Amino acid sequence: MSIWEFANPVRFMRLTGKVLPWITALAIACLAIGLIWGFFFTPEAINFGSTVKIIYIHVPAATFAINAWALMFVASMIWLVRRHHVSALVARAAAPVGMVMTLIALITGAIWGEPMWGTYWEWDPRLTSFLVLFVFYLGYMALWEAIDEPDKAADLTSVLAMVGTVFAVISRYAVNFWNQGLHQGASLSLDKEEHVADVYYIPLLFALAGFFLLFLALVFLRTRTEIRARRIKALQLQEAN
Amino acid sequence: MSATLAVLTRELRLALRSGGGAGLGLAFFLIVVMLIPFGVGPVPSLLAQIAPGTLWIAALLACLLSLDRLFQADFEDGTLDILALSPMPLEGLVAIKAFAHWITTGLPLVVAAPILGVTLNLPESAYWWLVISLAVGTPALSFLGAIGAALTVGIRRGGLLLSLLVLPLYIPTLIFGAKCVTAASEGVEVMPAFLLLAGVTLLTLALTPFAAAAALRMHMR
Repeated sequence: MSIWEFANPVRFMRLTGKVLPWITALAIACLAIGLIWGFFFTPEAINFGSTVKIIYIHVPAATFAINAWALMFVASMIWLVRRHHVSALVARAAAPVGMVMTLIALITGAIWGEPMWGTYWEWDPRLTSFLVLFVFYLGYMALWEAIDEPDKAADLTSVLAMVGTVFAVISRYAVNFWNQGLHQGASLSLDKEEHVADVYYIPLLFALAGFFLLFLALVFLRTRTEIRARRIKALQLQEAN
Repeated sequence: MSATLAVLTRELRLALRSGGGAGLGLAFFLIVVMLIPFGVGPVPSLLAQIAPGTLWIAALLACLLSLDRLFQADFEDGTLDILALSPMPLEGLVAIKAFAHWITTGLPLVVAAPILGVTLNLPESAYWWLVISLAVGTPALSFLGAIGAALTVGIRRGGLLLSLLVLPLYIPTLIFGAKCVTAASEGVEVMPAFLLLAGVTLLTLALTPFAAAAALRMHMR
């Protein structure tokens, strides 16, 4: 049994139909444990006060903002090489989810930044990179919307995902270079996870698992919707003929 | 070789003879730079400080302006199909077209930039680096633009979409290019930024013809 068998839409629908409720339930459970534990049962940090608790949304959202793009890159490559339709649809389905995760990371970061740094926005390399990532998501989604033929749209967005990945990575390091020149040593960057104490770390792991499952559930759900939409279109075309 | 030259001269001729071509981008460059003092106020020290970034962003926008014509006309009248059937690889064709775009759009900006630098009170030490960084960086703008133009070639009113796709790709070039000029005007070491700028341009020149040609093939299938 190879993984490519799930490239068959029927098999994909059957499998995801079975696992989707479980993933959703598990996502809710993990998020509930992680967030409630994190928000109500962890002590306040010495330097951060209660604001530290936004970490349980901020860090997982940021993690999957990047990983959603990575998924799109891999799925686009699979589409270009092996032309499995499910793969192209997964890439399409992941984009809005990734975009929203990016937005959540940016907004929670701004809310956290105000009490900590005294400003909602700072042109810090990390913040700037996320803004760039957000723009890449917008362009990718706009290209999907602009082309009517599904296969051509999948082809072109795949090319964009390849090129975008290369330039998103270059931009990440270019932004580092740019800001170092302005502020000596970006002191605002937070290597949070390395500094986080165990009390915060375990609920954070739950929140991360919860976001991962939530991400998976949303991508599966959106892919299933896309597959069904295609089927409806195909049926309509059949009727019209 | 003769085919390469033939396509190049054709591109240049078309660009120069069809309504404004090269002059249009240059005029746009002038207008954008002229608008900046209206926006920020005529303070010489402030203008000197923002001159490098302003000139680079204006060059970038001027370059963007003419990109939608890169493949559009040839795609609509079928020329592109014929060119694609010719023995010349499509990648080579894309490279020539992007190069022609640079000659008609990027090169005039390189020449005009120092003159506009005077109006923005650009520090004297930065002029050479302004010219060099634009000369090295603007080819990357044309070649990256070729990807965007190829992706959006069949799309009605793809102009805005083209900007949305291409401008994020310009970020590294803009950062390193503007940094070259800023460093020169502040009297700091320029070479790190310049070498990175040259690196991005070389990477772009090497990779983009393949991506753009792939996109064009998808449109013509």
